[in-house]
Amino acid sequence: MSALAAHTPTPAPAGGDEFHTRRNGKMAFLLMLPGLLWLGLFFVLPLYQLFEVSLQSRYPGYPGYYYRDLNFHNYAQALTDYAPHFARSFGYAGLATFFAFVLAYPLAYAMAFKAGKWRGLMMICVIAPFFTSFILRTFAWSQILADEGFVVRFLNFFHLLPSEHIINTPVAVIAGLTYNFLPFMVLPIYASLERADARVIEAGGDLYANGFTTFRTVTLPMSMPGVLAGTLLTFIPAAGDFVNMELLGPQRGKMVGNVINDQFLTVPGGYPIAAALSFTLMAAILILVFLYVRRFGTEELV
Amino acid sequence: MSTVQSTPPTQSTSSAGYKPSFLKRSQLWLASHFSIFAAVAVLLYLFLPVAYVFVFSFNDHGKTNIVWRSFTWKHWQDPCRVPGACDSLVVSLEVAIIATVVSCIIGTLMALALVRYQFRGKDASNMLIFVPMATPEIVMGASLLTIFVQGFANIGLDLGFWTIVIAHIMFCISFVVVTVRARILSLDPKIEEAAQDLYAGPLGTFWRVTFPLILPGVLGAAMLAFSLSFDDFIITNFVSGNESTFPKFVYVSAKRGIPAEANVIGFSMFVIAVLLVVGSQGISAWRKSKTA
Repeated sequence: MSALAAHTPTPAPAGGDEFHTRRNGKMAFLLMLPGLLWLGLFFVLPLYQLFEVSLQSRYPGYPGYYYRDLNFHNYAQALTDYAPHFARSFGYAGLATFFAFVLAYPLAYAMAFKAGKWRGLMMICVIAPFFTSFILRTFAWSQILADEGFVVRFLNFFHLLPSEHIINTPVAVIAGLTYNFLPFMVLPIYASLERADARVIEAGGDLYANGFTTFRTVTLPMSMPGVLAGTLLTFIPAAGDFVNMELLGPQRGKMVGNVINDQFLTVPGGYPIAAALSFTLMAAILILVFLYVRRFGTEELV
Repeated sequence: MSTVQSTPPTQSTSSAGYKPSFLKRSQLWLASHFSIFAAVAVLLYLFLPVAYVFVFSFNDHGKTNIVWRSFTWKHWQDPCRVPGACDSLVVSLEVAIIATVVSCIIGTLMALALVRYQFRGKDASNMLIFVPMATPEIVMGASLLTIFVQGFANIGLDLGFWTIVIAHIMFCISFVVVTVRARILSLDPKIEEAAQDLYAGPLGTFWRVTFPLILPGVLGAAMLAFSLSFDDFIITNFVSGNESTFPKFVYVSAKRGIPAEANVIGFSMFVIAVLLVVGSQGISAWRKSKTA
């Protein structure tokens, strides 16, 4: 994990800047203090409180009332009752990440190497849709993919849809997740491709590698830090999302995010199970991220 | 590879006598332009729902704005007609401005400390900055709700405007630190040393040398923080109580049909953002051309 966070191209350890080392401790502490306090008070402390809640037990006979306990059964119950929800969350998020990668790469590539003076404009085009609220856009997708919409009518005309519907199916959810987190995939890949030297890729061609071989052995490895960051920035929010499922998905077969949201905000006294689910989701994501970074990791990630 | 043979002698004007066949040429052309076509297709895909939002802002709809009925200007004439639409927009803008300013100050200080100083607990601090970005929003929202309800409510902090601001500052800080740190890392520390050699004090060095150099990074971070805060729904939904932000307003009304006025506001924000970005890029390009 520390390899993840460290990101240490910290230039020139001590060597040239001895005037910095003089004021080291106190000044650095003062600069860090507000941020550490804020993150401590409003990130760490709430997580601790949530952890306590996840171990609470019910008062027998008083529905909705809980007492402090070390009830790890909440976790067992969360995992057994909602295992399919976890599977769906990670499955849908994984597929959405894959599709986002497939769509994002050519765009990032074109921005880095082909766009020329259009580069700035393309950058704006990638970011701009953010400002039309993502809920408005997701809702727009629910209309575009509706049974009366042109997409479904077109596909049905050629009998390409087995179920004749897209909306309220997992396909619509995955499409929505792909769409919503696509810019998070494009920007890091673009950033790392932009730093790459186009001449190295040309050299691949000069050495008689065909297009695909050049891509696989030269271009892709050079953009790996961006791909890594992009997949994480897409997968993590997608796995915890509930809005796409709510607006595009089926009534049954929800994701973990929906369960947590419902248990917290609408089911009275659902706090402990929802808290246990939240912690399990967070732990699962952190473990996945850790394994993934260990497997494909590079030094610079964040 | 077909060479001279394939071209009729009358046309072989090229000195090398090399002219690929039409098929080969179009293949090469396609291969070198493939990424551009793909990019344009993906950009169209990104804009499809925005276009939909725009078109349906002119729909003279009935109860729900789902089926196209007829064209009207009326939603554009008074987008505030729908109760809550503009109030929630104002709340969203206020929250985003406060969250951007505060998170940029806090985050820039942290980024400076992390790049320029060696200190104990640096790895732990890096970790503390990274983990919020790897935490799903729903977990942050849930944990904040728990602490606000069970802890801070006892000291008079009820769910509402300020709890939204606190939460937004929290999740913006990490993104600001990462963005500004990247900028500081690309700078040469020797420039600051030179300023000190020329008898600038630490504060003078900061304001007249360091700060102007990192400003582009801070501005980028501010844009990022603003858009993250302005468009946040999941965390806001947990910590907002009865207060409504624009995304929350849209989500709540989605259950019974989003009014076209929301489309007007959403699309206008899009246009304003694009104009601001294009404008600022234009100004910086103009400045560069003047100094060059």
